[in-house]
Amino acid sequence: MTPLSLVLRAGIRDLTRNRWLIAYGLALACIAELLFVFGGAGQQVVLSLLNATLLLVPLVALVFGTMHVYASREFIELLLTQPLPRVAVFSGLYLGLTLPLVAAFLLGVGVPLLLHGTASQAPVAALLALALSGAFLTATFAALAMTIALGTDDRLKGMAIALGAWFLLTIGYDGGVLAVVSLFGDWPLERPLLALMLGNPVDLARVLVLTGLDSAALLGYTGALFRRLFDGALGPAIAIAGLACWTAFPVVLARRRFLRRDF
Amino acid sequence: MITLEGMRKAYGTRIVLDGVSLSLEPGRISALVGPNGSGKTTLIKCVLGLARADAGRLLLDGHPADDAGQYRARIGYAPQAPHFPANLAVGEVFAMLKALRPSAEIDESLLDAFGLRAEWETPVGTLSGGWRQKVSLAAAWLFKPDVYILDEPTAGLDPVAAGLLKHALRSARTAGRTVLITSHILSELEELADDVAFLTDGHLRFAGPVSALLAETGTRRLEPAIAALLRGLRVEAGGRK
Repeated sequence: MTPLSLVLRAGIRDLTRNRWLIAYGLALACIAELLFVFGGAGQQVVLSLLNATLLLVPLVALVFGTMHVYASREFIELLLTQPLPRVAVFSGLYLGLTLPLVAAFLLGVGVPLLLHGTASQAPVAALLALALSGAFLTATFAALAMTIALGTDDRLKGMAIALGAWFLLTIGYDGGVLAVVSLFGDWPLERPLLALMLGNPVDLARVLVLTGLDSAALLGYTGALFRRLFDGALGPAIAIAGLACWTAFPVVLARRRFLRRDF
Repeated sequence: MITLEGMRKAYGTRIVLDGVSLSLEPGRISALVGPNGSGKTTLIKCVLGLARADAGRLLLDGHPADDAGQYRARIGYAPQAPHFPANLAVGEVFAMLKALRPSAEIDESLLDAFGLRAEWETPVGTLSGGWRQKVSLAAAWLFKPDVYILDEPTAGLDPVAAGLLKHALRSARTAGRTVLITSHILSELEELADDVAFLTDGHLRFAGPVSALLAETGTRRLEPAIAALLRGLRVEAGGRK
């Protein structure tokens, strides 16, 4: 086995027994189950799950990821005193954090869906897009968590930055976009708003799921514009490419910090 | 033999190591002492490659340490405050470490001496600080390294375990290994150390045999000898003012 796979395996073994991660998966399963039972059928359930995903997944990935990196500091040091390339240690740690989080999300949302089967009447394309969005958001925000935790040794400051990033990207960003729309309503804002949407992974995840649904009204201004400009498969493809870029960017940043920093 | 030549390290404007040159001989136990914040841990981290020195060289048996860090295969390290993934069992930690270096010769003498096999299935997160220290020390011994670097190794150990560690250290010395220890318990170092390196404010103030330090300061014990060195430095600093 390679050093990367050994570090990854240790990370997965550790986190799959982590009670907070298990609680996260169970909480998602409870939310999904309640939505399937009480939240109507089909698109309504997907939309409610989407809203829960867009808020919860980034928050858990950021807070859990930041805490995990701080708690692993001494273990990272132990690994770095072995004759291993730093890049293998980083990759093992990142994947060892991200894959269990993705698995908890997919199981938490997926098991109730499988239990309800076709009775859920949820569109398959939208559900697949939801799974993909959740996985991408987890990967993105876990990498952001690593970037934050590797950037400061002050745990309180790191956690504050993580919460600030969550607030900014899930709530603050949309508020900013709304402010731009209301301030510059008389200007042709279509393309700038489209660019703004590409600048936020949470918006991209939302659009990716909503393009799999018929609820054009729920797409919002930028989403409807996105669908109009990128018809057919092009829209989801661009959203997925955007999310992939949004995952790659913090991963590169965290990797760079990890390779350069003193432990 | 490990040689440091002109090792310098600063964090921002704060100089932590200022041109430290030091040789650690095989078959001897060297004690690295100094007040809190003197640069001991940073020096160890520079040797291990955990921190990158701004200037200076690290030589192993006269050869510069490789950038890829393969030289670390020759070093066994036990940190001051060891932590392992909380949900891994003790046995899983050792299995992972062994798998990282499949071709290395294994030495489980300390692991057995500490009775760690009785805790083989126990998650590391549920162990006390003393038991975690035992896991860390046994891990440092695992690959029969040429060099042992131990940061406050007896911290948290019960007297029996501390005795076992001292025995293992003496055996390592007899086998011609290089040992570097830091500790604030000077009586312990006095018992074990052949050489002493005294660091303050990132400067190496003394390096040599313990006997030479005692002779230089006109004392019989390490503690008053270190105190005399510190007093001398304060007088020197006061004189400059």
